[in-house]
Amino acid sequence: MGNPIKSHAFEQTSPAWAGELQSLMEAYQQAGGDPASFQMPEVATLAVSGDQVLVSHDIPGVHLYSQPLEHGVRVSVVVDDGTLVKHPVHLCFGVLPMEGIQRIEADYQIGNGAQVQFLAHCSFPNAVRVEHRMNARIHIGRNSSMSYKEEHYHGLEGGVEVYPYSEVTIEEGGQFTSNFVITRGRVGTLMMNYRIEAQKDALAELVTKVFGSGDDHIRVEETIHLNGENAHSMTKTRIAVKDKAISEVTTITEGNAPRARGHMDCTEIVRDQALAANNPIVKVSNPQAQVTHEAAIGTVNRRELETLMARGLDEEEAVDLIIRAMIRS
Amino acid sequence: MTQPFFVVEDVCLKKDNRPILNHINLSLSEGQIHVLLGVNGSGKSSLAYTLMGCEGYTPDSGRILLDGKDITHTRITERARMGISLAWQEPVRFEGLPIGKYIELGASEPKREKVIAALEAVSLSPKKYAYRAADQTLSGGERKRVELAAIFAMQPRLAILDEPDSGIDALSITDIARLICEMAKHNSAVLLITHRPELVEMADSASLMCFGSIIFSGSPRETSQYYQNRCEPHLNILGSQPWQISLNNS
Repeated sequence: MGNPIKSHAFEQTSPAWAGELQSLMEAYQQAGGDPASFQMPEVATLAVSGDQVLVSHDIPGVHLYSQPLEHGVRVSVVVDDGTLVKHPVHLCFGVLPMEGIQRIEADYQIGNGAQVQFLAHCSFPNAVRVEHRMNARIHIGRNSSMSYKEEHYHGLEGGVEVYPYSEVTIEEGGQFTSNFVITRGRVGTLMMNYRIEAQKDALAELVTKVFGSGDDHIRVEETIHLNGENAHSMTKTRIAVKDKAISEVTTITEGNAPRARGHMDCTEIVRDQALAANNPIVKVSNPQAQVTHEAAIGTVNRRELETLMARGLDEEEAVDLIIRAMIRS
Repeated sequence: MTQPFFVVEDVCLKKDNRPILNHINLSLSEGQIHVLLGVNGSGKSSLAYTLMGCEGYTPDSGRILLDGKDITHTRITERARMGISLAWQEPVRFEGLPIGKYIELGASEPKREKVIAALEAVSLSPKKYAYRAADQTLSGGERKRVELAAIFAMQPRLAILDEPDSGIDALSITDIARLICEMAKHNSAVLLITHRPELVEMADSASLMCFGSIIFSGSPRETSQYYQNRCEPHLNILGSQPWQISLNNS
């Protein structure tokens, strides 16, 4: 990385950017974030609007580097060996105009024996034609844990294309938990692709929750290679689509080592003229490994509906409650 | 006992050309606890679904009346809003739906207080359970208690309880009995499907179903004795379903 910006407490202070930061924080709040976190010195924070880093704040053991790119930013996050990060690192990515491209090249290096949580909010509240690409490479050291919770808000127009791509390596005894959520507003186009490699005694847990409507197009691809002995994984996908939205979920889990255990759990609820597909692929190359999957695609369970209707909800209210409970939990 | 407000008149139901309910007559007054006995497959749950208005359980003939108004063809939601509710024998699980939210759905204001009271009534700690999801992480017994709490919070005019005691430990039967009494005290009529003698004894009246028909009605004791003397021996010999012919011949 050439000429990176590294700052312990970097914040764009020129008046030209003050308004941008305020707007970004408002967008951040719309995506479910708490702007107050960006005022707390003990919390590591990074805020990027379009191709501008507006806030970058380190704390001991957590280092943030950034470098401008065409239409975006290259970000590097380094967590030192043995660092136990008390407060989640807050990340905010957004594009505020109606049109724009944002490209984030992110590199996360989690040292050995470290523990860190990230809360990322991506907000494109006014999007009519916005493209957001996130290419992340994540390396989780031995006996470390990293949790990454990412919540999106794409506005009401459906004019967002989002391409989250992550390559994750979990070293021996490491843990990776991802929680990816788009449940408010429209989705637009989501092309998500996560690839995980889990070494000995590693644990990977991927949870994805998306609610699509209009002509949203959702594609989720998750591939987990359980390459180490006793590596474990779980993917949990909850998608609801209505109107003419399309959802395609492909989850692949490979059990390549003794006592590797993987489970894939997908539920998709379909309404109106929407379409959902699920393609679980199980590959096992070691006789002591085991990978299982369960999938349910279709309408809301009749008994669930009738139970809620017996409490006085009409059918539409009951369906709405079931879907929202499922994808927001 | 006051005049019946809920009347079932000669209700018949077939499914796949097979008779499920045959000429069912039943009436309930405010505060009345009526027990429905019968072996598995005798039609008790089908009757419960029919009274609640579940899909596929609209009677082929006969009428269901609430305050003299024919509600035979009204949907579940309308019936629930009129004050009828059902606790299913095997309650479904709701991923992500907090128990407190579930219980307050049918409750009137003040909802929060009603949720707390309802959870306490089924011996579940509100602190521990109100924000927990009504999902697969609950045991069968816990889920049943939540179902009863939801009905209790609604204070319906008619509570249909389909085997609220099945899968629940003996200690909890006391809780259920107390809850049912409490509901009756609040003037709810309770149609209780059960096999537990402790619960049968607390009822005001009882009926026995066999092959979709009510074959006996009377006091809980008489009905229970009839069931024990005539149905259970057949159950022991023949399995879950006694044969109509045996009953007729006995």
